[in-house]
Amino acid sequence: MSTTGTIFRRELNGYFSSPVAYIVILAFLGVTHWLFFRTFFLANQSSLRPFFSLLPWIFLFLGPALTMRAWAEEKKLGTLEVLMTFPVREREAVLAKFLAAFTFLVITLGLTLSLPLTVMAVGSPDPGPMWGGYLGACLLGGAYLAIGLFASSLTENQIVAFILAITVCFVLLVIGEDIVLFSLPAALVPLCAWLGLGAHFESIGRGVIDSRDILYYLSVIVFFLFLNQLALESRKWR
Amino acid sequence: MIDVTHISKSYGSTCAVQDISFRVARGEVVGFLGPNGAGKSTTIRMLTCFIPADTGSASIDGYDVHTDSIEVRRRIGYLPENNPLYMDMGVLEYLRFCAGMRTLFSQQRARSVRRVVELCGLGPMSAKTIGELSKGFRQRLGLAQALIHDPPILILDEPTIGLDPHQIIGMRTLIRDIGREKTVILSSHILPEVAATCNRVLIMSKGRIAGSGTPAELSAMARSGQEILAGIRGERERIEAVLGGLPFIVAFTHLTETDGLHRYSLRSESAEDVRERIFKAAVDNGWSLAELQRTTINLEEVFLDLTTREAI
Repeated sequence: MSTTGTIFRRELNGYFSSPVAYIVILAFLGVTHWLFFRTFFLANQSSLRPFFSLLPWIFLFLGPALTMRAWAEEKKLGTLEVLMTFPVREREAVLAKFLAAFTFLVITLGLTLSLPLTVMAVGSPDPGPMWGGYLGACLLGGAYLAIGLFASSLTENQIVAFILAITVCFVLLVIGEDIVLFSLPAALVPLCAWLGLGAHFESIGRGVIDSRDILYYLSVIVFFLFLNQLALESRKWR
Repeated sequence: MIDVTHISKSYGSTCAVQDISFRVARGEVVGFLGPNGAGKSTTIRMLTCFIPADTGSASIDGYDVHTDSIEVRRRIGYLPENNPLYMDMGVLEYLRFCAGMRTLFSQQRARSVRRVVELCGLGPMSAKTIGELSKGFRQRLGLAQALIHDPPILILDEPTIGLDPHQIIGMRTLIRDIGREKTVILSSHILPEVAATCNRVLIMSKGRIAGSGTPAELSAMARSGQEILAGIRGERERIEAVLGGLPFIVAFTHLTETDGLHRYSLRSESAEDVRERIFKAAVDNGWSLAELQRTTINLEEVFLDLTTREAI
């Protein structure tokens, strides 16, 4: 056990001891199941494609909602001063908070396993896109959480953190969409197409697991966690 | 144990702390005394490694706060101003968390939690959520947090703020008990507080140390001047001529006159009580004395004097 582990456990307990977490889970499950089953039997296709195509948009709200509190509340209550005068480094605290939020997200995502089970019960779906989709969802969710944590470290106000995180996530999500790429100068197109959060998700979701996609998400996560660490350390800049 | 040399800190254009130096020896209980905005909290935050000093250096137990910050933080128990707490955590849950942050685990952790619960009298509250605690118990919990790893140095920023008189006495007793074996720095803007708990007082004003000494020294320094209030019945001109001639009176002011009774404020720099001599002078001149009252200048006035001197 370490200080990182201690913060991780406190954060994770914090998620489960607050009613907000359960409301968020219920809302998430309600929305995903409703949107999925609304068309599932009509379309008569044993695939999770409709679910995974919605996920980036639902996560757009879920990720920032889970992380908006993380630093903003610590700053507002002043508990950041207690936390950062414990013998712990900023990057350990950032990592602990990220892992706690990520664990919560994975648990929430795990509760949607009822969807693939249903699909497998009534048909014979291609397993590649299904499990690839879940892997992509974890990575995409992780990226949203890292962005959300960074946004939360910039303000004392949770609502500001929430809106800011949604804005950044939204921009990064749509930047790789065709409709945006058409309107951009040609020189920027490859860069933006590569930067877009969505395209990599779709590519993993096809069941083709390319290390470049995984590396992309890990870089986004590390980049925003690093910015988060800098934001925390900025109080120490001379 | 604590060695601070020429540290300064400004926030933008406002200078919060200017070139402060001081030392605290092992086992001392030192009080920072000063009005709000004097730089007490800023100094404390620099010692606890929450913010860095712009210039100058500070070290604790030989470890520099800037380069060996983790080592410094291991040695300090810190109760920040306003005692921030996670309101939705349980009391024991919070203490276990703090123990974990001090890398105390399993049996050691259980023992430390039991020890601080007992030391701070939190037993009856251990099943509660922090949000349900009264202000006094929250403060004790904050202190318990600072003591969980039995640190050699304890730094308390305004530990009794917002408590009722009864709780203040309890907190002071607790701090005095702890101060027998630990080095303690506490800050306060209330004088009796530091006088009651500290061996040494640093008076801070506008980011500087305006004076320092033991509470007794500071009072003695002040007592070397005394002020006497005397009500004398007699002829004013004559009284003033005589008072002016008394060697131990350095200054006097006529305050009021009612029915021939003149009230004076006399100032003496003599260390001994000069009331008898004034009485004698009155008898010699055939005046009657209606009142004779000595006020020694107490720490509160030293404090006011030291901290307002620059402003006047």
